[in-house]
Amino acid sequence: MTEYNFAYLDEQTKRMIRRAILKGLAIPGYQVPFASREMPMPYGWGTGGVQVSAAVLTPSDTFKVIDQGADDTTNAVSIRTFFQRTAGVATTTATSDATVIQTRHRIPEEPLHEGQILVYQVPIPEPLRFLEPRESETRKMHSLEEYGLMHVKLYEDISRHGHIATSYAYPVKVEGRYVMDPSPIPKFDNAKLGDMAAIQLFGAGREQRIYALPPYTQVVSLDFEDHPFEASKADHLCGMCGANDSYLDELIIDDLGGRMFVCSDTDYCEARQAAGHKGKDAA
Amino acid sequence: MYVAVKGGERAIENAHAWLAEERRGNTDVAELSIAQIREQLSLAVNRVMAEGSLYDPDLAALAIKQARGDMIEAIFLIRAYRTTLPRFGASEPVDTGIMACDRRISATFKDLPGGQVLGPTFDYTHRLLDFKLAADGDVPKAPSRDAETGTVPHVTEFLNREGLIEEAPHNDTPPPDLTREPLEMPADRALRLQALTRADEGFTLGLAYSTQRGYGRNHAFVGELRIGSVPVEMDIPELGFAVEIGEVTLTECETVNQFTGSKTEPPQFTRGYGLVFGQTERKAISMALVDRALRWEELGEDNVGAPAQDAEFVLYHADNIQATGFLEHIKLPHYVDFQSELELVRKLRREAGAQQVQEAAE
Amino acid sequence: MQANTLSGGFADPATQSAHAFRSVMEAMARPGTIQDIHGAAPPAPLSPAMGAVLLTLCDTETPVYLAGDMDCDAARAWLAFHTGAPFVGPAQCMFAVGKWDALTPLEVYPIGTSEYPDRSATLIVECSELASGATLTGPGIKETATLSLPELEAFQANRTLFPLGLDFIFTCGGRLAALPRSAEVSRSSSQARAQAGAS
Repeated sequence: MTEYNFAYLDEQTKRMIRRAILKGLAIPGYQVPFASREMPMPYGWGTGGVQVSAAVLTPSDTFKVIDQGADDTTNAVSIRTFFQRTAGVATTTATSDATVIQTRHRIPEEPLHEGQILVYQVPIPEPLRFLEPRESETRKMHSLEEYGLMHVKLYEDISRHGHIATSYAYPVKVEGRYVMDPSPIPKFDNAKLGDMAAIQLFGAGREQRIYALPPYTQVVSLDFEDHPFEASKADHLCGMCGANDSYLDELIIDDLGGRMFVCSDTDYCEARQAAGHKGKDAA
Repeated sequence: MYVAVKGGERAIENAHAWLAEERRGNTDVAELSIAQIREQLSLAVNRVMAEGSLYDPDLAALAIKQARGDMIEAIFLIRAYRTTLPRFGASEPVDTGIMACDRRISATFKDLPGGQVLGPTFDYTHRLLDFKLAADGDVPKAPSRDAETGTVPHVTEFLNREGLIEEAPHNDTPPPDLTREPLEMPADRALRLQALTRADEGFTLGLAYSTQRGYGRNHAFVGELRIGSVPVEMDIPELGFAVEIGEVTLTECETVNQFTGSKTEPPQFTRGYGLVFGQTERKAISMALVDRALRWEELGEDNVGAPAQDAEFVLYHADNIQATGFLEHIKLPHYVDFQSELELVRKLRREAGAQQVQEAAE
Repeated sequence: MQANTLSGGFADPATQSAHAFRSVMEAMARPGTIQDIHGAAPPAPLSPAMGAVLLTLCDTETPVYLAGDMDCDAARAWLAFHTGAPFVGPAQCMFAVGKWDALTPLEVYPIGTSEYPDRSATLIVECSELASGATLTGPGIKETATLSLPELEAFQANRTLFPLGLDFIFTCGGRLAALPRSAEVSRSSSQARAQAGAS
């Protein structure tokens, strides 16, 4: 692919994205507008994440892509191949070996370390969007730090269901200032957002927003004193590696509706199995 | 025994190979050439250029071929290509007054300087399938006459002499560039027009139609619709003057709309404007109606809550590449999120069940 | 045009600016850390680090203010040739370039608006040294970090504007550090002791 620039994007576009990333890091949780480009993959399929990755990757990086925690889902494969081709970067499935990890919907189980960058694909960056569809209004609410609507919504959940009925894309408050959408990660992953050693960058292509969490940033999931935030997952062990601390996918394995639970993070699960851990469904 | 599914890469490669085969179809049938698409499916080519925001009939034809005739897919190919092109500069504004018109009609005046020119239109064709086209056949040559020379004045200029229509003052401010800056509200008219000219034809048509049915009605007359080619000039700093770098075919629609006025200001017609690449008149007329509906605020009209009056709604949903991408992304796996919902619903049901049991016991 | 106007840019812009950006990003994400940055050889008074930062972030879309000594023919010609950035006054700039004394006072720079706090200037400050110094806390910092700063009060005042405010990149030779508006700045205990001893 010699007809395209390194990492596909032209240098001027990369500079524009890089400037947005720096402002995002300086104002954690604030959504920086950026002139998202049309990418050779559809909006909604990770174009924001791809643009951010393209702006941060160097030829010496090792790149990992996960979708739903897995390296082998088709869209993860497609994005990984794109950067192999356009940036010539080394790729890996091992979380600890990667320097840049692009993800959709999960944070790896293994704690990330300094020197790593986690790039999230974000569909709807505005945490208030489903409460107020107008961008002009939500922008005002952020500027005035007016988040009452969000608390009302969460509280209505409690009065109707006895619990906050948000299980993914669970809103967080960053450094006591901006309410932020952590992208549609399960709320199980919310606990990993704060005080992370790696840099976290969020890219929303279609919605033209970039935002960021520097390392060791304070991130608090919204809750109430009498209804504290609770990270949850299926109450099972991984059938393959026996892990009790990882987020699980539920699989239907026979016509009778038989179930099995396995780690959503395929690298985590495989590493545990390689180390000799065995779940009840493993061969 | 469960085995994690592997081989996504091979699945993708195989899917692409199959797609290529399907695209070609039965190899006993001659393959379409780009020239055939460009010449014989020219309105499809025009739409791809208009919504792809790139004037290049050959590339648009290639995109249509590659996309198997899926117009939005073809537009997407053009957009993705367009973003990678370096920018050498901006042209001078084109002058539609010197357009070499293939078609030029006014619904507001029976006759006018420059005349009514029907041009190559479907308008009065009877929509009867022409089975002669199913067989190969030569087309008899259409009658022709010498082209008119000179400028073709705009209808609105005649109204303007009497002060009957609002002024459209000349403005040299460079318009914002939607493709280089994030869309921001409120959007001025130049930005709205820019978004509308590349907006999805179907969406724009639906909105325009809704204004005609009363959702933000603006009583539009087609003051003028003209289709033809205009020269494109670019200022070359090294030369110190503008030179013609090519020609583009455009469709321009100016609507004359319901009048405004008050006790202090005499009534005046207002304007809607549409300008689109290629022969794309349905889109240009739709654009003019939606443009006019979006101008309610500056013209001091009421916002009746019509979708076509809502700039934020219109501009954020008019782009078919954004829309189709997000719509179709729900095909991608979402099982992590679904699992978290599943757990939550199970938990809520367990608790609701326990509560019912307890209430029954009490 | 002089030879050193045309030279000193990135020989391989795509990869060199990618590496340079990572240095800038690491610095901004981890205030107080000092990063190496390579690839640029600008004419004096621009340092190699300053040159690399400007090549990485500036182009025709970023108005630049050159303060004090930095506003000279050599710097202007080099920047104009390699970035095309328009030169403006401090109130209109996206990037300001200079030594601390020439850049201050800070009140003239855009600090963003409450709806768009990102529309604020980034000041690129050429320093005579980058070392430990003031104590920093805030996002990007595990517990505390330390960085030599030209003064404290200006940065403390800037912090009170949050989420509005200015962001800073400090360059020195071939190295850089950064201080985003989110950082809290205080006198380090050793500085405090030194001051107590002196008085």
